[in-house]
Amino acid sequence: MSHHLAISDLTVSFNRIPAIHHLTLTLPCTSCVGLLGPNGAGKTTLLKAIAGLLPIETGGIAFKGHSVVGAHRPGKSIAYVPQREAVDWDFPITVQGLVEMGRYPALGLWKPFATADREIVDRALELMDLSDYASRQISALSGGQQQRAFLARAWAQQSDIYLLDEPTTGLDQNARTALMQVLHRLRDDGKLIIASHHQLSDVPELFDEVVILNGELVAAGATDSAFTKENIDRAFETRVFSGSHEH
Amino acid sequence: MNWLLEPFGYEFMQRAFVVCVLIGFTNGFLGAFVVLRRLALMADALSHSLLPGLAVAAIFVGLSPAGLMVGGLIAAAIVAVGGQMIARSSRIKDETAIASLYIVAFAIGIVLIRYARVRVDLDAFLFGNILGVADSDLWTSFGISVVILLSLMILHRPLLVALFEGSVARTQGIPVTALLAALILMIVLAMLSSLQAVGVLLSLGLLILPAATMYLLSDSYQYLSWGGAALGVAGAVTGLIVSYWANIPSGPAIVMVLGAAFILAYLFSPKYGVITRALRPRHMHEESLGRWPKK
Repeated sequence: MSHHLAISDLTVSFNRIPAIHHLTLTLPCTSCVGLLGPNGAGKTTLLKAIAGLLPIETGGIAFKGHSVVGAHRPGKSIAYVPQREAVDWDFPITVQGLVEMGRYPALGLWKPFATADREIVDRALELMDLSDYASRQISALSGGQQQRAFLARAWAQQSDIYLLDEPTTGLDQNARTALMQVLHRLRDDGKLIIASHHQLSDVPELFDEVVILNGELVAAGATDSAFTKENIDRAFETRVFSGSHEH
Repeated sequence: MNWLLEPFGYEFMQRAFVVCVLIGFTNGFLGAFVVLRRLALMADALSHSLLPGLAVAAIFVGLSPAGLMVGGLIAAAIVAVGGQMIARSSRIKDETAIASLYIVAFAIGIVLIRYARVRVDLDAFLFGNILGVADSDLWTSFGISVVILLSLMILHRPLLVALFEGSVARTQGIPVTALLAALILMIVLAMLSSLQAVGVLLSLGLLILPAATMYLLSDSYQYLSWGGAALGVAGAVTGLIVSYWANIPSGPAIVMVLGAAFILAYLFSPKYGVITRALRPRHMHEESLGRWPKK
């Protein structure tokens, strides 16, 4: 049986202004989901709420039937890949060291790296096509490789859900293709990938499922059926509440 | 070799040597985490804010190590927590808030120290006097070193994740705020342990310079802490010997030796040195030819 990420009646607001308003949504594992919508539609907010980085106001988020908010932090099952600007690229750590960090939650404070852990790290590097770059400091990678390095860490952590914020921004054609290849590889491995995305032209090629947002849910489902001009127009035409007047 | 061994014929120099090894290692190791978290300015603030705490301790209980430690810790805590409070409850940013508090604390300290029960040499508090190290100072430094090194070894995995990406660490259930508070507590303890040797003001050099030097030499955080510790010991001992022969105070001598290492790394680090990089050929011509198909 395939697992699900179940979001029910989710509201997240900033200064009483809701960025996501009563959202209900179910996403199955083994799929690559594109999160679409205009700027301010709540794409990043939704990703951060799932990652447990933002307090939620109403509703809940559950994975494999267990709540993943508040005291029930997602822990290692949900991995958030940070936006490039949020990372200190001068941090003295190699790609290998970064991926090894993914084993820390399993190892705790004391346990030394066992052969099994090393194998997981090697496999993660291999899956993300980074084996040749293992000893490089993280700033000595291209943008696409940097993103794959964080995905490799998430995989080494044995996460089931991968959250990416605009992962293709700033990547050239080759890097974009390479990233999408590894994301599809993760999907085929039974994972759930959720990526916000702003370019509409390549959606059918990248995502099996789409979620179209404009603060509320406009449409969700298989790309073939939900990614229609009508739904996109509805999402981009509605003015997102900006909070310039009293609520 | 006689010039190297002669100083250590004196008992006070032997003690000074042991203290140099202890505080060089501990401060160098801890400094890695301070540099990674960009806490150097915070550490500077803490070093200044120790003074009023030490002065109050000297007024009420004299110069016992335990009293000085409690006084220093309380004063540093007031400045660190007070700075955060001001930053959160007003439009003042945190570095301005902390700087405002620590410099006021420092001024209060200078005044208070005149009222100490025993005659206190302000210079010794500010710049240290390693030749006056007593047995109790040795044991204090030893105890503090053990506590700090054990804590860092136990906590290094969660600390590393918290320092690298605080928000991700929080999602994994790592208590980031508590870890940072523990780190700041360790900084204050380390400064107190180097108080007798290098003083309130120069303690920052022992903490920051070894790690800053290693940061220019290595891409691995393990080298940053272990290399920082080794460099801290080497610098402190070298500084001590220089101070003996040049007849200059030991605190400034140690910091100048560590500073020289930092400048050398800045100029000549194999990978990140400014001169090394300037002297390198513009690009690897021969090695790169293979990247393109032969015409």
